[in-house]
Amino acid sequence: MTEATLYGLCSAALVGVGLFGLIMHPQPLRKILAFNLIGGGVFLLFGAVARRGAAAGLGGDPVPQALVITGLVVAFAATALAVALLLRLFQETGRATLGSDG
Amino acid sequence: MSAALNGLTILAVCAGAFFFLAGTVGLLRFPDTLSRLHALTKADNLGLGLVVLGLLFQAEGLLAALKLISVWLLALLAGATVTQLIAHTARPSGPQA
Amino acid sequence: MAFDIGLALLVLGVGAWTVAARDTFAAVVGFVAYGLLLALVWVRLAAPDVALTEAALGSGLTGGLLVSASTRLRRAETRAVDERQPASLRLAAAVLCTLVSAGVAAIVLLLPEPAPTLAPQAMVNMAATGLGNPVTAVLMAYRAIDTLLETVVLLLALVGIWSLAPDRVWGGVPGPRHQAEPDGLLTFIAQLLVPVGILVGIHIFWVGSVAPGGEFQGATILAAMWILAMMAGLVDAPAVNRRWLRLMLVAGPAVFLTIGLTGFAVAGSFLAYPEPHAKLLILMIEIPVTLSIAATLALLVAGPPERAPGR
Repeated sequence: MTEATLYGLCSAALVGVGLFGLIMHPQPLRKILAFNLIGGGVFLLFGAVARRGAAAGLGGDPVPQALVITGLVVAFAATALAVALLLRLFQETGRATLGSDG
Repeated sequence: MSAALNGLTILAVCAGAFFFLAGTVGLLRFPDTLSRLHALTKADNLGLGLVVLGLLFQAEGLLAALKLISVWLLALLAGATVTQLIAHTARPSGPQA
Repeated sequence: MAFDIGLALLVLGVGAWTVAARDTFAAVVGFVAYGLLLALVWVRLAAPDVALTEAALGSGLTGGLLVSASTRLRRAETRAVDERQPASLRLAAAVLCTLVSAGVAAIVLLLPEPAPTLAPQAMVNMAATGLGNPVTAVLMAYRAIDTLLETVVLLLALVGIWSLAPDRVWGGVPGPRHQAEPDGLLTFIAQLLVPVGILVGIHIFWVGSVAPGGEFQGATILAAMWILAMMAGLVDAPAVNRRWLRLMLVAGPAVFLTIGLTGFAVAGSFLAYPEPHAKLLILMIEIPVTLSIAATLALLVAGPPERAPGR
């Protein structure tokens, strides 16, 4: 098993773990954390694909790596917006949970 | 010559890893925040210093060696500051509390 | 290989702990550790540019954002900590997640052999761009339109955050006022670290054309230094209706778009660079983009306005 396959399988497990956290936690901040976990897993999958594309003297295919960099930046922007929305919700309603009756 | 350098690197990095382990044991076993911080900072700074020392033997050129040392100094600075800030939060009133 | 197995297990363990931890602050700390371990994984996958971005942005700035959010939400925490989902929902979610994981694992194991790759084409055409780092060549030359749209997306997120301000502080100053203690520890480290950090950020941006690094990593470090100065109270956050701030934020995408449009005239299509001037044009794009992204990232962390503007 090459290291690319190993980290690809790790990314599959991370997506599963993050999805579980996304579904199970009622608090939005924990959901945001779990969503970032899923994001990390998906980017790792890109990384495994990039590693398999090592050729022409490079250690990895640069195109998926550049896509991951773009993805990381956009994921951070989305997280910042989500956190700002959550804090505003907390300011307005005094609750920060999506639980059943609150 | 390079075999001797590699041996020194392995020795220093292993010693550094041992100090990191000691610091983590202190983190897990000590009773309160301040003593945990103490164990963590002392052991981790020494551990990082030993790891950087081991890597210095492998550095190619003066610039790479200076970069490694500046990494160590920056980590030292950040660690000391964060430790003081956490300690101040844990016990804001000072030594007589 | 053993090291890789250990690292993968560690990443999984920290990720699982981030999901399973009861206390939100503990989960956020676990997430920061997860990000740093992921940076190690990226180094093992021969992607140092991505490792730098993950450590700085995915773990550093995101961690700072989430720590301050979890602190502010701590009052809501005490009310929500007793909510546990019923066991049937937990079982169903576990089954679903296992199926999804198995699906992704099947994708990984069924990837085509030999692996398709664009690396040879990237290397062949890199001489025309004048760059030495293939990832920067992809970001700024081959897929420059992705980078242009990315800068615009960052601006849109910032506008979205600014629009969350209440009416009375519309266009005001983000974040609470941080008092600078003249002999304080945070002041000391900010005064010491910010000049060093600015140098390091500019260096990483500059060296990105030939070595791992680039504008996003350098911009993140510059943004972190501005955030540190704001947190220590050395500078106050600017009011978001200031013209100089808004000009600084749009300068990057505007220059990028202008050079892209002139590509129609001089080289035949959008964002095409005439070959002898490619490196110069890329540099002319990168410098304002780095400044804009640094300002945008810092303001994304600062949050929506909370104090009324001065004038």
